[in-house]
Amino acid sequence: MPKKLELLTGNDVVVKAALLAGADFFAGYPITPSTEIMSGWAKEAAKNPKLEFLQTEDETSAGMATIGGLLAGKKAWTVTAGVGHVLIQDPMVLAETLSMPFVMYVGQRGGPSTGTVIYSQQELNLARYGGNSEGLRVVYAPSNIQELFEITQKAFNTAWRYRIPTIILGDGYLTKTLSPVDTSKVLPQEKSEAYFLNGEVKNLRNCFSREEELGSHLNKLFSRYASASKQIVESESYQADGAEVIIFAWGTVGFAAKVAVATLRKEGYKVGLFRPITMRPFDDQGAIKAVKGAKKILIVESSGGQFGRIVRETLTQSTDADYVRLYKPAEGITPEEIEEKVKEM
Amino acid sequence: MNIDPRYPNCINIKSKPSNFCPGCGYGIISKVIGQVIDELEIAPRTVFTLDIGCNLLAWDYYKLDTIQTHHGRVTPLAVGYKRAKKDSVTIGIAGDGGLYAIGLQSFLHAAHRDDPITIIGVNNTIYAMTGGQLGPTTLLGQATDSSPEGKFTYPKPIFGPELAHEVADDKAYIARASVLNIPQMKQMLRQAIERQAQGHFSFVEILSFCPTNWKTDAKGSIEMIEKMEKTYKTGVISG
Repeated sequence: MPKKLELLTGNDVVVKAALLAGADFFAGYPITPSTEIMSGWAKEAAKNPKLEFLQTEDETSAGMATIGGLLAGKKAWTVTAGVGHVLIQDPMVLAETLSMPFVMYVGQRGGPSTGTVIYSQQELNLARYGGNSEGLRVVYAPSNIQELFEITQKAFNTAWRYRIPTIILGDGYLTKTLSPVDTSKVLPQEKSEAYFLNGEVKNLRNCFSREEELGSHLNKLFSRYASASKQIVESESYQADGAEVIIFAWGTVGFAAKVAVATLRKEGYKVGLFRPITMRPFDDQGAIKAVKGAKKILIVESSGGQFGRIVRETLTQSTDADYVRLYKPAEGITPEEIEEKVKEM
Repeated sequence: MNIDPRYPNCINIKSKPSNFCPGCGYGIISKVIGQVIDELEIAPRTVFTLDIGCNLLAWDYYKLDTIQTHHGRVTPLAVGYKRAKKDSVTIGIAGDGGLYAIGLQSFLHAAHRDDPITIIGVNNTIYAMTGGQLGPTTLLGQATDSSPEGKFTYPKPIFGPELAHEVADDKAYIARASVLNIPQMKQMLRQAIERQAQGHFSFVEILSFCPTNWKTDAKGSIEMIEKMEKTYKTGVISG
């Protein structure tokens, strides 16, 4: 297929990809750095009466209204960030226990609390296990604007195919930057279906009277999640074969690390990269394979170790390599900083 | 007004006896709602969003689609569903805590946006399912689990329908009923659902019994409602 290059911001890309995936219902509340996704959708909805748009009174309501849309069979979705992400985890767990295709883009911003408004990688724990959750959701982490275009489409398909809440976990660097994007790759749309059908009675519950009843409900959810995970899990290993140093990084930092690896390889450093694309489910086997033969593991992230803890837990029995950390909570990380760190090792 | 003693057709007889406490007002209220649904012949189009409170026990009370939400969230979920399914009859049920405390923001904004949904608020002056704590409608001097010596700190309770009326569109239907006047309650519920069909927000607060937490017998429960009616005037507030 010929390339179709367009100059877009990441926020434009998310709206465009959602429309291509068949999204037709949006409820949200403004919050930086993701507000332009909501206002971008509002502009589309103003042109097209088939698109629903509701600006709610807060993020909890945005999530609950999204669930209302899903019940009627709409490809409903929402967008949030930071402290709004905290509130929206409440409806997210309702979608989790009801196995609903709740799609949400999250633009991470600095924390704890209001923090800074553009960038961080500190919402990983929240995205993976926020609310009183068992983590029965999918979390995609695009590393650049091109991936954002494809992953946003894919997120809707994953959510509807497996009936599972799905998060696209980005940040303000990813969505506020203007870049050329190839928008030629359009994925086939997954079908949506209403939960409530005229006359066929359905009673959807999230509250159970007995432990055993909830236990058996959860066992079913866990078993569905395990089998879907095999199809969903994704990662990228770059120059990992024969590497003595393996970098672990994700999202925008994962892209910086890839640039660093390319440069370092040219200079003769035996370095490679493991980058998860789904942060949940996590590609344990891919990670274990990537560190075979590695003497050192460098974990790079813009948080105080949220990602590092996943990496170390995953690799506990699989490597004797030493860990080196480049943690910069709430601060951006450049390829040059990563190159420098590798050279010090 | 026809008050039929029989169960309405839209009630799920298999789920009876219901899980409500003996003497609870929800038995009366749920039955009257069912009668209105039968009379308007809207059962296949009706969806209930239920709060986390005593009304969640109605999850299989009817042969109708229902979804339990989280505490205070019946309104936004109903708003979302109605926007996505415009020919539906979307009804949210919540208690005074769910509607006037944790869910007040959503409730007022739905009224303000004139979302075409019907909210039924059951006011028994306390948080009943959690064991009778102080709520936004607890009466002056009333002893509760969390105000054991009586409530005296802030004398004015929250008047939900009057508050909603302040922000609602003029075409909204807002009323207060009582379990002691079933014909009036039924008339109000019917008008509320009809107003939704006309494309407007509607809300009925119903003063209701909670003998378990009030620790009252039948006579005491009726006396308590009579006392509530002195503070919370029944009638149409916005018609």
